Amino acid sequence: MPGPGELNLSAVISITNVGKVFNIGKANRLVALENINLEIQPGEFVSLLGPSGCGKSTLLRLIGDLTSPTSGAVLVNGKPAAQARQSRDYGMVFQQATLYDWRTVSRNVQLPLEVMNHPRERRETRAREMLRLVQLEGFDRHFPWQLSGGMQQRVAIARALAFAPSILLMDEPFGALDEMTRERMQSEVLRIWRETRTTVVFVTHSIPEAVFLSTRVVVMSPRPGRITGVIDIDLPQPRNFETREDPHFFEKITEVRECLRQEERQSRHESVD
Amino acid sequence: MSQLTDVVAAAEREIMPDRGARVADRLSRSVPAVLVFILGLVLWEVAVAVFQIQTFLLPRPSVIAATFWEEMDGVVPAGLYTMRQAVGGFLIGSALGILIALATARWTAAAEGLMPFAIAVNATPIVALAPIMNQWFGTYNPGSKMAIVAVMVFFPVMINAVRGLTLVDTGALELMRSYAASEFAILRRLRIPNALPYILNALKVSSTLSVIGAIVSEYFGGTQDALGYYISQQAALTRFANAWSAIIVACGMGIAFYVILLLIERVVMPWHVSLRNTE
Repeated sequence: MPGPGELNLSAVISITNVGKVFNIGKANRLVALENINLEIQPGEFVSLLGPSGCGKSTLLRLIGDLTSPTSGAVLVNGKPAAQARQSRDYGMVFQQATLYDWRTVSRNVQLPLEVMNHPRERRETRAREMLRLVQLEGFDRHFPWQLSGGMQQRVAIARALAFAPSILLMDEPFGALDEMTRERMQSEVLRIWRETRTTVVFVTHSIPEAVFLSTRVVVMSPRPGRITGVIDIDLPQPRNFETREDPHFFEKITEVRECLRQEERQSRHESVD
Repeated sequence: MSQLTDVVAAAEREIMPDRGARVADRLSRSVPAVLVFILGLVLWEVAVAVFQIQTFLLPRPSVIAATFWEEMDGVVPAGLYTMRQAVGGFLIGSALGILIALATARWTAAAEGLMPFAIAVNATPIVALAPIMNQWFGTYNPGSKMAIVAVMVFFPVMINAVRGLTLVDTGALELMRSYAASEFAILRRLRIPNALPYILNALKVSSTLSVIGAIVSEYFGGTQDALGYYISQQAALTRFANAWSAIIVACGMGIAFYVILLLIERVVMPWHVSLRNTE
């Protein structure tokens, strides 16, 4: 592992001394992120975990260049994040599936390919492949409103992966789903991650979700948003329903929870002072 | 065995009623509306007789129908002439409205400069414009009537189109941003489809507006073979049954125009919430 300040060329994402302040110069000035340093290696599945307001979504948006940092630098595949977005290195999945109502499932999956001017035949083949990947074959001619929430989110994942981006950014993608669907979707995402070897950055506030999915969990805390711990999750791959009953799974959950609580205790202590 | 296939066939009919059955179903659903309409006509007829309402105030429907039959050779061509003005003005006005809305979505600064003009145009009562338009284009030139219709139609279409082009879901926009999509790609694949329901709603409202505009503009002079001219002349001559038969033609044209737009809406955006088949 390279020390701080050293440039690691193998990293897919490298975040150095990043800070983000909202409403600069106004009364409601908010330090969303402070002094963030994080490196993500190719093929990793990294979760950003923390309570609401800890800036985990903001950090994800910084990586994806949907917003820019106030200080510090975000490098993606060795380029500034803005350039990485221009060269289409990211696929994104949000909490809402944000499918376009006027497009069928297949045409929704083709959307990025259309924007990128891929020929029609290739788009259609690719959409079929992607729908097979998320196990939605036969739904290509349905409209979004004809699908359940979980199915819509699977279409969103297929769409994000359609142009084979090197990085998949997911912002609480299963937050709106019921528990059963959620667990099934988690296994799906892990399978897709294994099959596509995409690097995934995943925002969540669910401890078991983060532990089950990730190779590393980044624990964050609010006011100001910062990284308070990084925990390696060495549970064996491929993970499945048995993983959820593995005693080591629970140990890891406890470890992550302790890390979150420690931070909470500290901040409470500080406010008492 | 045949009994079993009968049962299966019956069940299939139950699950997937064929086209004929669907049409019959739709017809049977429109029966109450037709009955209410007929009942209304009967009440009208009876009320005029019972309360001894003078013909010049309100002729009986049967009298209007008889007059319409006699006057068909005059009223129908006049109606078609007026319809041409209405449709022509409608096309010009809505095309301008949509073009300016597209420019607005693209160059926001220019839009802010244009808005006051658009609002001023909308605030002007079209009746006030009619003599001016006659002056500009010539009283007998169809252009003067179309211009008035176009001015009427322009504003609602433009405002709704701007709303549809700009009120786009942030998530949908960020998605496009993540693909590093060009402004044109965003316009074509997100803003325009998003604006379609808004635009079609405005067009539906404008279709009836344009018939009104065409008729009112004809009150201010012009060709005699027009519906507006015909109505004002017949009313001046106290031939109210004739005026009413022309009004019915105007009404029929307005409905036809509206229905055509409804059909266009079905073709253009079958995906929309309002048109979903939720059986």
